[in-house]
Formats: sequence, C-alpha cells, structure tokens
Amino acid sequence: MSYTQLENIATSIRRSIVQMVHDASSGHPGGSLSAVEIVTYLYFKEMNINTPDDENRDRFILSKGHAAPVLYSTLAEKGFIDKESLKTLRRINSKMQGHPDMRKVSGVEVSTGSLGQGLSIGNGMAMGFKMDKKPNRVFVLLGDGEIQEGMVWEAAMFAGHNKLNNVTAILDHNGLQIDGKNEDVVTVEPLDKKFEAFGWHVIKVDGHDFVAIENAFEERKKITDKPVMIIAQTVKGKGVSFMENNPGWHGKAPSDEELQIALNELGGTK
Amino acid sequence: MAKVATRQAYGEALKILAEKNPNIVVLDADLSKSTKTAEFKKVAPERFINVGIAEQNLIGTAAGLSLSGKIPFASSFAMFAAGRAFEIVRNTVAYPKLNVKIAATHAGLTVGEDGASHQALEDISIMRSIPNMVVLNPADGVEAKKAVIAAAEYQGPVYIRLGRAAVEEIFDDSYDFQIGKGVELVKGDDVSIIATGILLEKALKASEILKLEGINARVINISTIKPIDAQLIIDAAKATKKIVTCEEHSIIGGLGSAVLETISEECPVPVIRVGVKDTFGESGKPNELLEKYGLTENDIVNAVKKLCK
Repeated sequence: MSYTQLENIATSIRRSIVQMVHDASSGHPGGSLSAVEIVTYLYFKEMNINTPDDENRDRFILSKGHAAPVLYSTLAEKGFIDKESLKTLRRINSKMQGHPDMRKVSGVEVSTGSLGQGLSIGNGMAMGFKMDKKPNRVFVLLGDGEIQEGMVWEAAMFAGHNKLNNVTAILDHNGLQIDGKNEDVVTVEPLDKKFEAFGWHVIKVDGHDFVAIENAFEERKKITDKPVMIIAQTVKGKGVSFMENNPGWHGKAPSDEELQIALNELGGTK
Repeated sequence: MAKVATRQAYGEALKILAEKNPNIVVLDADLSKSTKTAEFKKVAPERFINVGIAEQNLIGTAAGLSLSGKIPFASSFAMFAAGRAFEIVRNTVAYPKLNVKIAATHAGLTVGEDGASHQALEDISIMRSIPNMVVLNPADGVEAKKAVIAAAEYQGPVYIRLGRAAVEEIFDDSYDFQIGKGVELVKGDDVSIIATGILLEKALKASEILKLEGINARVINISTIKPIDAQLIIDAAKATKKIVTCEEHSIIGGLGSAVLETISEECPVPVIRVGVKDTFGESGKPNELLEKYGLTENDIVNAVKKLCK
C-alpha cells in the first residue's frame, strides 16, 4: 500500500472520529486524532490481519481505551464493522460503547478503558503464543498519561525480564493529559531511558509521518531478543486546528459549527 | 481424621490438571511455596509463570493468556488477589467474561500470626459483587480438589477461596461436587445451620452438641457462594423457620448476606450470622483467633439456642 493510500485512509478515519464524537455529543477526540497514523499503519500495513477472527492474526490492544473512536473507525475502514454503526457511538443499546467492549464489537481484541492494563494483557497473550510456538505478534498502544499507572511498570519489568520479543508497545506521546501537560502533572520523562532500563529496545519516531513510522517498524523487525517500545511523538487533536495541543479537547464533542470547521480542515472527499 | 489445608489440595489438583489438560497455565506472584503452585511448577515448569510481587500484573497477564487459548490459574494470597487487584479482576477479567481462575490462598482469620494486614475477611463480599464471577469456598481438602478441577472445566471467571491452616476432612472421594450446588449433610427440622468453608466442620460439631440437647439442626454446606443454591436455602427456611449462617469472613457481604438476600423475598425468617463482626483481626494462632472472634462450634450452638428459645 502506498503512502498516498495510507494518507487517504488516515483522513477518512479522522473525519469519522470527529463526526462520531459530534453525533454522540461526547467522547474523546484529542487522543483519538493523535493516534490515527499509528493505528492506520498497524491495520493497513504492519499487522497480519485479514479477518477479525483469523486464528493467526496479529493482535492490537488499545490500552488507552478512551480513544475508542480511532479503533472503531479503523475497524470500519477495514470492513470489520458496518460504517453505519459508528453513528450509534455511546448510545443506549449500541455495540459502540464509550470504551471498547470485546464482546460487542467484532475486531476489538480486549475490553479496555480503565487505564494501565493493556500491556499486561498483551504480555499474557504473547506468552501464550510463545508457549504454542505460534507466530502471532502483539501490538499495544499506550497513552503517555496512562503510563503513570504503576501496573504499566509491573508489565514493562515482566516483558523485559521474559524477553518477550513478540510484544511491541507503541506510546502515543502527545504530551497532554486531562489536567494539562504531562510535565506539569507528573513528568513521564525520560521515557527512552526508563524502558531501556527495563530491558526494552526503544525507537523514537514522528507519529504522524508514515515514512518514519514504516522505518520504525522495519527497525523493530530486526530486534529479536527483547520487547520493543516505539515512542511516537504526536500532537493531541492532530488535524483540527482548534483541537491541536489543547487538553480541553481530551474528552469533549464538537458543536455543529465546530464539526463543519473540522471537516473542512480535514479535507478529503467524503 | 486426616487434616489437610485446602491450599495443599489446590497444589495436588494442579498436578492432576497439569497432566490432564495441556492448556492449563499457572501464575504466581512470588508466593509459590505458600500457595502450593510450586507443586505445578515441579511437573510442568514450562507452563508456570512467576510475575514477581506484582498482583495487578498477575491478573492482567492471566487475562492475556486466556485470550490466547490458555486456562490460567492465577494465585496469590486472598488479600492481594481479591483486594489489591480488584479493579483488574473486575474490568479485565469479569467484564469480558474471560476464562481466568483466581485461586486465592491464606483467606480468613486462620492465616494467623501475620495479623490483620493479611487476613482477608472481605474477599467473598468483593468477589461476589462482580457480575459474571463464580465464587467458590471449599470446606476441606477433598472439596477443594474437586472445586479446582471443576473450575478448570467451567468456561469463565472463577474465584476460589483457600485457607492456610490444615482442616479436618469431611468429604470422601465419592463426593459429587458441582458448581452452584449446596449439600445437605445433616437432616433436621428445628433450625438450619448453613455454613461455608472451614466453618462447615464447626457447624457439624455444633449439630452433634445440639442433638444431645434435643435440637435437630439441619446442616447445609454452601461452597458455591455465587451462583448460590437458592432453592436449597429457601426450602431450608420454609422447613426450619430459623437459620444460622457460619463463615470465616465478615458478616457483611459474605455467606450471611447472600442467604439473607436469597430468603428475604421468598421466605423471610430470623437469621443469626456467625462471622467476623465488622472488625479487623489480629495476630494469633488460628484456633485462638477463631475463639476470640466468635467462630467456634460453641458460638454456633449459642446462636442456635438464642433463635430457638
């Protein structure tokens, strides 16, 4: 798949995110938009996944479960779920829960939402695959606010100790959490040194540049003896000028006017 | 009679399961000698995982293993498995109904000398409030072994409460353990004594003492706290009109509460709950603690007499 095709998919996903959060009148656009290129690349280029229930598929865990809109819209682009159902996000009787429910949506691998739990689950899956000598790989998307949870470091220690080379964590490092900048709330830096100290190989990348993301995943493939953390530098609210780098858009829906501005800025044809 | 700790029986059951089912995986958080998961490690080291002193990660990793087709048994002390990791158990295991078994040892007062910090008296209450969670509290070694094997065969999350101290054997190998089924062990129509876990033995002794005094107590073992055997309990309430519940747990939220909830809409009758009276424990020998906190056969006898007078 070409970079242009990936860009087009990313644009379509961005449009879906703002639209569905608008339609729901609630949800988390900021951290969904920051993760668009990463999730797009994983599902359309990196992961071995053709159907949501293929036994040999690679697994993606959205540990930062509040970014459900990016996952739902990617699964819809992938054809795993009906695009119409995106309109029911957060509504009563909908499969599209505010945070992903694996029992309701085909393609959601793990129910997440409570922060800090995804990496442990990914490690467990990865160990299960190793025990059975299966080729499946596990990708876990973490938020940079989320890693303030202690459980993440229990899991980081465990993955490093057990040399879980089929685990790749990607950190959506947009620098913001609900109450403001990470560095003002509780700093998470230096991230590379922290993960390296726990036995991980760390790759830093611009999380919105498909060429750079591709290089990062190619580098990842060369690491065969340890888990890999890809620290993706991102912009919260990426692509919508008034949402970019604004913690106020962590969990807020755009009004009708704001939606139109956002869709105009995002371009695309839909 | 032989005395076996239910945690010991857990270790033995794991050895049987190791051979029986290649998908069984056992996890521990640095307590494998105490929880007896070391027994499994001896026979299937490639399927044993020590996560270190990290109970949240213990449960999260078990969840992931279940998603790759394994049947994980995650073990720690009840205080940490049910308490410290509660939210992981709720959100990551129970909400998606993952096939994870949580075997929690050293529950109740009888963990003994370690004192209040290690005496889980709330775990049944916490675990039974979670949707999808099956809660088992076996009374002796035989029942514990059968409960562990039944849990492995059940599809979904199970919490198994186990003890540290050796307890007398009540059941023999012919006992047919079924998840969700209570058992009437002694017939009687004057009063029902409904017991769980290691207090079953005390309940049986109490019924013998009462018999000498002319009171015929029905004794029921409830080892599945959830889903509880409602019919057996309602029938007992209707037949005996009086109930005493017995548990090595807080009287708030445990068996006593579950029995009250069960009968209140169908057949409300007077109930006395023998259990820990909303207080923390302290260091001491198991039997000293059971005596101090009112969990002996005499306490059960007194409760029955109070109801029958």
